[in-house]
Amino acid sequence: MSAIHCHQLCKTFTQGDEVITGLDHVDITIEEGEFVCLSGPSGSGKTTLLNAIGGLDTPDSGEIRMGDIRIDQLDRGSLADMRLHHIGFVFQAYNLIPVLSAQENVEFVMQVQGVAAASRARKAAEILREVGLEGMEDRRPAQLSGGQQQRVAVARAIVSHPDLVLADEPTANLDSVAADHLMGLFSELNEHHHITFVIATHDKRVMSYARRLIRMQDGKIISDEAQ
Amino acid sequence: MKDVSLRMAWRNLWRHGRRTWLTVGAMIFSNTLLVFAISLQFGSYDMMIDNSLQAFSGHLQLQHPRYLDEPKMRYTVPDVADSTDNLRDKLGLNSISARAAGFALASSDERSYGIQIFGVDAKHEPLVSTLPGLIRQGRYLVPGASAEIVIGSVLARNLKVETGDELSFLGSGFDDSFAAAVVRVVGIFESGITDLDRSVAQVNLGYFQDIFAMQQRGHAIVIRAPHIDAVEQLQIQLATLIDDESSIALRHWDDLQPGLKQAIQADMTSAWFMYIVLIVLVAFSVLNTQLMSVLERTHEFGTMMALGLKPSQLARLVILETGMMTGLGLLLGITLGAVITWYISQVGFSYPGMAEMAVKFNLPERLYPAISFISLFLGPGIVAFASLLASIYPALRLNRLLPIEAMRAV
Repeated sequence: MSAIHCHQLCKTFTQGDEVITGLDHVDITIEEGEFVCLSGPSGSGKTTLLNAIGGLDTPDSGEIRMGDIRIDQLDRGSLADMRLHHIGFVFQAYNLIPVLSAQENVEFVMQVQGVAAASRARKAAEILREVGLEGMEDRRPAQLSGGQQQRVAVARAIVSHPDLVLADEPTANLDSVAADHLMGLFSELNEHHHITFVIATHDKRVMSYARRLIRMQDGKIISDEAQ
Repeated sequence: MKDVSLRMAWRNLWRHGRRTWLTVGAMIFSNTLLVFAISLQFGSYDMMIDNSLQAFSGHLQLQHPRYLDEPKMRYTVPDVADSTDNLRDKLGLNSISARAAGFALASSDERSYGIQIFGVDAKHEPLVSTLPGLIRQGRYLVPGASAEIVIGSVLARNLKVETGDELSFLGSGFDDSFAAAVVRVVGIFESGITDLDRSVAQVNLGYFQDIFAMQQRGHAIVIRAPHIDAVEQLQIQLATLIDDESSIALRHWDDLQPGLKQAIQADMTSAWFMYIVLIVLVAFSVLNTQLMSVLERTHEFGTMMALGLKPSQLARLVILETGMMTGLGLLLGITLGAVITWYISQVGFSYPGMAEMAVKFNLPERLYPAISFISLFLGPGIVAFASLLASIYPALRLNRLLPIEAMRAV
């Protein structure tokens, strides 16, 4: 499973009597191993596109393919399987499970995947070391700083070596040092593990890390440039 | 716990410890109450059966096969006294007594009433029946004595007789001859069982056989087991001793007193109605807790779905949490219930007025709960089942959850 192809993707939302355009006939192809940033002002459609690619939301019309699979035609169970095995998510608010430690948060997804206990414990410890959280494995999210929590979220997203990581404003709640650290980590993972990254952001520092920058406005792609 | 889901479920329970403890507390209370109440109920049934059977019918009887359905004079047990002696020897059990029975019209100076008159072995009758011990006025029959009778208190009142008074009875003998005699009232019993007190009279068996032309015949050999639990074993032993099933039948107390079992079933039904109300309340408490827990974690469930969990896996997590909560309530409730019930089974249980009533009717002054596997686990088991059932609705709600909508929840 590799490239992502979106064809004539449309999505509208209704807010009261008002119809808001989320995606307006979006065509986009993202190749395997790319490091892409989606930028644009709030309401431009970048999160909507990210959610559609990740199978979290369904488009009103159009096609989304991941390799040979039509994501927009999968049922809920198949979408869940696809997210579990092929996609990693990093959210703006980290979204860690508060009752689990850093190590357990990372292990949890692997357990659902059916990875054996010993193997998942080893992999979780390794990935936490890789994201610079060695010694903090037993801390719960509330005992970690925002940057540390986001690194746990990254570890959770990449521990199973997904084909694609979708990150929605991953640095929005981080200070500049933590943001730089996180983006450095993303770049490194992209280079060393060849994981495809699609990051929605309006943070210029984040955009500077991207090798391809797609700008959106009012649900449309207004520019798509390699950097 | 290597399983992250188990750890997560356990910790989720204690995110709102007070709420969880309230629900678990409701389970502990109901389980403790159920263990005690069901054990007490079983104990009181044992006692109720024992007391009812001890009053007159005994645990088992040997009769003519047709006597139970048609209690007529001609359906007899031959050589009833000798047969009874033989049985005592063979079973090594003393509490076996012979009886004969007939219907008669009893008359005092002022009134006449229909009565059931029994010929009893006055020596062994006190070993199978509590009636001889319930004489409130006068004395019981002297073995071998003729022309003396003991009657129930209501019958005495109706006939307006007291001890020392004479009454006559007139009935039909075994050979259809007149059976008539004048007897002296030597004792008046009060069993508290209206039917017995109103219509039963006893004379010595030999005297009865003479008056009713029975020769050596009788109508029943009454057997009282050492304890209700020993009845089945005794029944098996007796069955092997019956040579000719066409002339003698073994009757279990169920057959002799069908109303007793019905009374127990009726009592059990009303008690279970109350238990079910209690169980439903606990189930609603669990439903409330789990529904709140699911609603306030909607965002978290959305995240988990985004990570790749299916609604069915989330539902399992909710049911697992309920299972843990139920397990805790079950363990603590049964333990507490067992300890309390065991203590009360040692010292007995009474309520105001019970002692006075017990003395009056020759009943035990205290009730003793009977602890058994069923009394320990039946009620709490149903509570656990109902609690798990109650968690299905919150779990099913997760099926309708869409990840993106769930993640928007605050």
